[in-house]
Amino acid sequence: MDFDSQASGGEIGRIGNNPETAIASAPSTMSMDEYKEKLRNTRVSKFESVTKSLKKDWQLYTFLILPVIYLFVFQYLPMAGNAIAFRRFIPGGSMFGEEFVGLRYFEMFWNDRTFWRVFRNTIIIGGYTLLFNFPIPIIFALLLNELKNLKFKRFVQTASYLPHFISMVIIAGMIMEMLSANGIVNQLIMRAGGDPIIFLQRAEWFRFIYVASEVWQRTGWGAILYLAALTNIDPNLYEAAAIDGAGRLKQTWHVTLPGILPTIITLLILNIGSFMNVGFEKVFLLYNPLTYETADVISTYLYRIGLGSANFSYATAIGLAQAVIGFILVMGANLLSRRLTNRSLW
Amino acid sequence: MNLSDTKGYKVFRYFNIVVMILIVAITFIPFLNIIAQSFSSERFITAGEVFLLPKGFNVETYVAVLRNQRFWIHYRNTILYTVVGTAIAMVLTTLLAYVLAKPKTRLKGKSFWVGFAVFTMFFAGGIIPTYILYNNTLNITNTMWAVVLPMALSIYNMLIMKSFFENLPEALEEAASIDGMSTYGIFLKIILPLSKPILATMILFYAVAYWNSWWQAFMFLNDWTLFPVTLFLRNLISGATATGEAAAAEAGSTQIASNVRSVSMFLTVLPIILVYPFVQKYFVSGIMLGSVKE
Repeated sequence: MDFDSQASGGEIGRIGNNPETAIASAPSTMSMDEYKEKLRNTRVSKFESVTKSLKKDWQLYTFLILPVIYLFVFQYLPMAGNAIAFRRFIPGGSMFGEEFVGLRYFEMFWNDRTFWRVFRNTIIIGGYTLLFNFPIPIIFALLLNELKNLKFKRFVQTASYLPHFISMVIIAGMIMEMLSANGIVNQLIMRAGGDPIIFLQRAEWFRFIYVASEVWQRTGWGAILYLAALTNIDPNLYEAAAIDGAGRLKQTWHVTLPGILPTIITLLILNIGSFMNVGFEKVFLLYNPLTYETADVISTYLYRIGLGSANFSYATAIGLAQAVIGFILVMGANLLSRRLTNRSLW
Repeated sequence: MNLSDTKGYKVFRYFNIVVMILIVAITFIPFLNIIAQSFSSERFITAGEVFLLPKGFNVETYVAVLRNQRFWIHYRNTILYTVVGTAIAMVLTTLLAYVLAKPKTRLKGKSFWVGFAVFTMFFAGGIIPTYILYNNTLNITNTMWAVVLPMALSIYNMLIMKSFFENLPEALEEAASIDGMSTYGIFLKIILPLSKPILATMILFYAVAYWNSWWQAFMFLNDWTLFPVTLFLRNLISGATATGEAAAAEAGSTQIASNVRSVSMFLTVLPIILVYPFVQKYFVSGIMLGSVKE
């Protein structure tokens, strides 16, 4: 989960080794000519050191070839394909579109009432997911940590990870079986004297089903990193706190929570960053026209208008807007966390 | 420590055990319900009488599904995609993780290459441009490559592996290189044998991801003979609930018995449930490996 703070994300967008940094280090006593000369030398020596390194260590650089081609074709080409959000796309034509139409497709979704409905649904579902799916694994990890019987603890842990490894299709299938008219939930309702509810056809139930099943699926696995952080807390701290008269609750508050705070912040940043990426797969598998009102999210909507009704450019514009918002959210959360707590992913 | 175990804390501990048992029960109930349904006769399922134990026990549905030629075609596809996909993914992931684990002094432009990879975690091309690329430019729709290639390099997995490589002692490689070993030789004869635990973890991560995937197949395949079992299942279950979904037609029938669905679901998760108890420690250690570097 640690993204290698010294080397990774922070340098997103920074291209290679920038010779301009030599300017900053030039002593102020230098004359302009000397300075330019030095700059040129830096450039040349940088260049030389790269070629030297390539010559001497060419085998190492060949490791980059396949992955970089792969990333270029399967990640960066689709990114460039977003060009059709600004250019009219003709089926069978260029994947980058035929003619420039400016912001036409963005205006289109700005004035599309359905877009605002799915935008709202995305924020509400994403918000509820964050609200429950972020703190519950922390609480679960803290409770697990209080179990004294290690065998039992391991058993609970292992059991709780299981849903993480199950295909979304199976999860959706199980939800459907359980919530069907004769499924176990309705069996319980009828036994309690109620009338069966066809949950998946009722718009008012969708968000609850979505969020509850997310909690069911992700709590165990989500607790792993906290459990790892908990084992790293120095036991002496607990003893010191106990000597100071702190009960178990106070120890949790003053020792345990500060101990896992870095993990909490890292995961919070990631959670906020993925806030808009409401799980397409689950919504798509569980929704139907009767529940569109509360269930339809940006990604499912753009799937329907893009691949369903072949409005490729329009759907791309929506997708691009969503991706940009998501990117800004991660960057923003990261920046905020760096300002407030001095901790960040990069 | 025991001094601080107040009465309140003791009560809490009992309460905690009860909560944990409840959590385990809630985790297992959906699985048990599916298993119970798969062995029950349809009559009792429709009547809403099957809870956690089979009613009207029979294995006829299993026999019927297992005799179905189509089911085996899908199952075989899933195995094929899992094996091929995992193999490709392991090559790409290991190569990239190894080279990016090298220090800046050896790998010139390291921050650029790391950024090039990590950026794709936070910004993706979107499904429509991806579809157009696969369909119009690469022409790989309706082939297995459209299922296998999109997932062939997870940057998240790559970062876990990279941090494993970074923790290997540098001295080993230096000694080998002084002995005249090439980078390829070092990688194949020294690094890979030392990396068995992380390689095992990564193989499992990718294999599970491929086994479970359905969405790429749904997007990019039209020919049912290419469908993996998850997509077959998706069409079965949406045929049962969809109101006016085109998928109902795809599934061939609008009314598929619950026990058929349950049997198919169970047979699809079975390999995962069978290996899960033995391999889950690798999953956990993999995640831990990625997080040890603070």
